Amino acid sequence: MNGFMQLLQTYDVLGAFLVNIELTLWSALFSTVLGVILVMMRISPISSLRAVAGAYVELFKNLPLTIIMVFMVLGAYAQLKLSFSDTFATNFFWLAVTGLSLYTAAFVCESLRSGINTVPIGQAEAARALGLNFMQAATQIILPQAFRGSVAPLGNTLIALLKNSTVAAAASVSTETSSLMSEMIEFRPDVIVQIFLIFALGYVILIIPIGMLTTYLSNKLAVRR
Amino acid sequence: MPLVPGDEPGRPLVELTHVEKHFGDLHVLKDINLTVNKGEVLVVVGPSGSGKSTMCRTINRLETIDSGDIRIDGKPLPQEGKELASLRAEVGMVFQSFNLFANKTILDNVTLAPVKVRHMDKKEAERLAMDLLDRVGVATQANKMPSQLSGGQQQRVAIARALAMKPKVMLFDEPTSALDPEMVNEVLDVMVELAHEGMTMICVTHEMGFARKAADRIVFMADGQILEQNTPDEFFEHPQTDRAKDFLSKILTH
Repeated sequence: MNGFMQLLQTYDVLGAFLVNIELTLWSALFSTVLGVILVMMRISPISSLRAVAGAYVELFKNLPLTIIMVFMVLGAYAQLKLSFSDTFATNFFWLAVTGLSLYTAAFVCESLRSGINTVPIGQAEAARALGLNFMQAATQIILPQAFRGSVAPLGNTLIALLKNSTVAAAASVSTETSSLMSEMIEFRPDVIVQIFLIFALGYVILIIPIGMLTTYLSNKLAVRR
Repeated sequence: MPLVPGDEPGRPLVELTHVEKHFGDLHVLKDINLTVNKGEVLVVVGPSGSGKSTMCRTINRLETIDSGDIRIDGKPLPQEGKELASLRAEVGMVFQSFNLFANKTILDNVTLAPVKVRHMDKKEAERLAMDLLDRVGVATQANKMPSQLSGGQQQRVAIARALAMKPKVMLFDEPTSALDPEMVNEVLDVMVELAHEGMTMICVTHEMGFARKAADRIVFMADGQILEQNTPDEFFEHPQTDRAKDFLSKILTH
């Protein structure tokens, strides 16, 4: 017990978790926007848009996140000179958000597509038959129902995103949990079990409510037919 | 307020010429030629799989065709894009499975297209919608969701939704086939009333009573072909082809 208190007093564990939460919230926002654009491309009547979105999803779904994160630093930043800020930490934070967002958008797109599959084809036919164009049918009828039908997979994607945010260490975000954990293990190998438990419990505490909330919303928002 | 603009009845409104369609190896529409005049009520009957629904769906291009020509009010059916959307706005459609928008209230179901497609003022659209819902007898349900209504009520809303666009022609694709028997008549009553008001209608249906009562002309289809076209009296009393005689004997024996 003493070990726990010492660790929590010496190291800013809460601050580290806040960095991961921040990474997650920004990435959730951007990946949702990108994921919605991608899924609209995937169901659009224009075949070239469908192909581009399909290729994007296949690429980012199948790339390991670590490779994307390392590329963000060594490729996008060091070689392609993509920079968000002159401040070292801010810059790598946003590079990590970019990498996480690009990666997660593929999964958001797939989750929404599974939601779109729950919308009967007749809904789109009725929209078209009334003279609504593709954008109107998508934004008014298909996507609202698809969102409500894909709460559960979207929740799982959010949980995966929160856990994946620890890979931001690979993008040189040195204040987040997995970086802090390595640091703590390096300096306090005597309390390694406590260190491990702190982070394990921290994530469990964060993630269980997300799961409960998605289950609740999934039932609450389900489209009655 | 008349539902149907009352100019020059008798002008050809829907024209299908040499329409052909395949689903893979299956030849579902074989040289379909059909003209529907303004104000005419056409009822399409025939055995299952005869291509009735497919033909109905080609008229607003929910199904594409392989060859031939379809014209609405003299204009050829556009391939895609804005022109197709604006043509569809003029062709009302009622589906077998109602297809009311599950995420919108009854009122919003009816006002959506007038507001989004016709850019009608929201208040005006709601007045129009309430008027139409009142006509089909479901005005009291306006703020409910579709899943809270019975099948018959949903289908009457679907008719009101199509009428809100002031269509030139209404397509009915087996509108009563998914209904419980006691709800069939409430939908047919609305259709009969619409027919009497002079709406141009193309109805695919198995309701022979409706066909006799409301149709100006019966079209009999089998195996993707139009085999007979006649007035209801002639068709039911003196069918010409063996297929039609066989079909009628099977459905009219009870």
